[in-house]
Amino acid sequence: MSENDVSSDEHVAAPVASTTMSGQTVLHPVRDAYMATVESLRDGGYCTATDLTVVDYLTHPGRTDLPEGVEPERFEVVVGLFNHTRRERVRLRIQVPAADPTVPSLFDLFPGTEAMEREAYDLFGVCFDGHPDHSRILLPEDWTDHPLRKDEGIGAIPVQFKAASERR
Amino acid sequence: MDEATRTIDMGSDERVRRRDGSAVLRMTEVEAAELARAPSDPVTGEQADERMILNMGPAHPSTHGVLRLLLEMEGETVLRSKPVIGYLHTGMEKTGENLTFLQGPTNVTRMDYASPLFSELVFSLATEQLLGIEVPARATWIRMLMCELNRAASHLLFQATNGMDLGAVSMMIYGWREREEVLRFFEKVTGLRMNHNYIRPGGVAADLPDGWQDDIRHLLDIIPPRLDEYAVLLNNQPIFRARLQGVGVLEPAEALALSATGPILRATGYDWDLRRDEPYLAYDQVDFDVVVGTCGDAFDRFAVRLEEIRQSLHIVEQILDLLPGGDFRTQDKKVTPPPRARIDESMEALIHHFKIFTEGFHVPEGEVYAAVESPRGELGCYLVSDGGPKPYRMHIRGPSFANLQTLPHLMHGRLVADAVAVISSVDPIMGEVDR
Repeated sequence: MSENDVSSDEHVAAPVASTTMSGQTVLHPVRDAYMATVESLRDGGYCTATDLTVVDYLTHPGRTDLPEGVEPERFEVVVGLFNHTRRERVRLRIQVPAADPTVPSLFDLFPGTEAMEREAYDLFGVCFDGHPDHSRILLPEDWTDHPLRKDEGIGAIPVQFKAASERR
Repeated sequence: MDEATRTIDMGSDERVRRRDGSAVLRMTEVEAAELARAPSDPVTGEQADERMILNMGPAHPSTHGVLRLLLEMEGETVLRSKPVIGYLHTGMEKTGENLTFLQGPTNVTRMDYASPLFSELVFSLATEQLLGIEVPARATWIRMLMCELNRAASHLLFQATNGMDLGAVSMMIYGWREREEVLRFFEKVTGLRMNHNYIRPGGVAADLPDGWQDDIRHLLDIIPPRLDEYAVLLNNQPIFRARLQGVGVLEPAEALALSATGPILRATGYDWDLRRDEPYLAYDQVDFDVVVGTCGDAFDRFAVRLEEIRQSLHIVEQILDLLPGGDFRTQDKKVTPPPRARIDESMEALIHHFKIFTEGFHVPEGEVYAAVESPRGELGCYLVSDGGPKPYRMHIRGPSFANLQTLPHLMHGRLVADAVAVISSVDPIMGEVDR
């Protein structure tokens, strides 16, 4: 957060804005450079994707922890990668506009993100292009909303009971 | 494996595409229901396809709660499978956004109900990083003591349920018996057997009670000999070995690719433990071994967990001597309410106390990811604060959630009876999977 510099990490091909937050490295690639950044990080030894989630910044638009040149958008996909040999973590924050909430899927690079991306789609409605099973994971398949979005109220949705099907 | 990958002449290209021989079944419930009503040949009346979709759970006794599996079966062989989750989803991440940072541990402690202290710990560590406060040494060591006991309790529960799933029913009684001894200590310290809300931002809720050393020594006296009994009961038991050895084998590279952590990753022989490799609390000041397996089968996962109980107790034994004195919570007045006696004599202290518990303390704007090694793997907490008293976003990276992705790969091409052993050896806690 303190320093806004352009990372010259040997493993990152394109220059990606990076910040440090509580000693943790955070990269801010633009959406188009997302895949290339993750791929170069993977080739550089970041062998596992520990976490993938989304934050909806609808009611907190004026956040100050973004480096210069990164345009804040409503959604932010947050990906955590871990380099086991160097014992380093890196976090990627990708700005995703509300008008077109789509990012490429990391499934081909890290198969372990399959369930995490499904969860992110389920709860936030962010779509992952190229995901092999782009479906809801926690909520019922016929659910219509994305409850972790900030414009979804709490306790406002009546419980949707499914009618018992005639035969399985 | 060979059976699963061979091409099947099925007529419809669509169905061939769906059954491409991979381990993961990727279809919706509706599609699965269609397939379950396998059409018979209109001319001969024979089933066109010998495969069927079998639904296992969510109320199956071996699915540890409410895990449901869609299994594509050919005879007794599991081809592809899909874990169907969400039956315990109660929106705890959304709830977390509507509770203050002080109330947060009451929420997260209900996620992984077999190791609740770890969820509290990771939430508190993340909050403290955002606040930028230091926790007193005694609080850190108490946290470590409680977490290692919790790891032992959680793995004892695994030994019990794993034994039960495999037909060693007496093991269930023994595992439960030893776990109860640990929970009795927890009740004495925290007031509750589970869902303690003991580890809070700024320290722990209360100091250890008088005579806690005697209770710990009692635990250290009774549990290790009983672990030896487990080894006698299970390790050389031919039925137990036959049901676990060579079942559900995972390669280290597969485990890493699937984001699996914890005993599942270590059982493959991959030497990785956050306590040693990314030390938090005071794990760099105690001596313990990271237990790894050799071939990554269900037996290795069982054996790794059994040995990890010993290592946890070994850490507890060291904490007994090393536990420093001092405060059990930070004296930062922003986070910690004034002592009870001050409230009686000072109006300001009363207001301060009231404000902390009604409005909550404000946490500086920022985002942070904290991770700990829970009994099931890397438990992470991603916190975003907008400067208010409640988290703007609270995300828990549940190790069971990621570990469940290994299930289809572990069961692929095995018998349905092995599925029970495999689910048990992955040890998912559904409260944490569904959140």
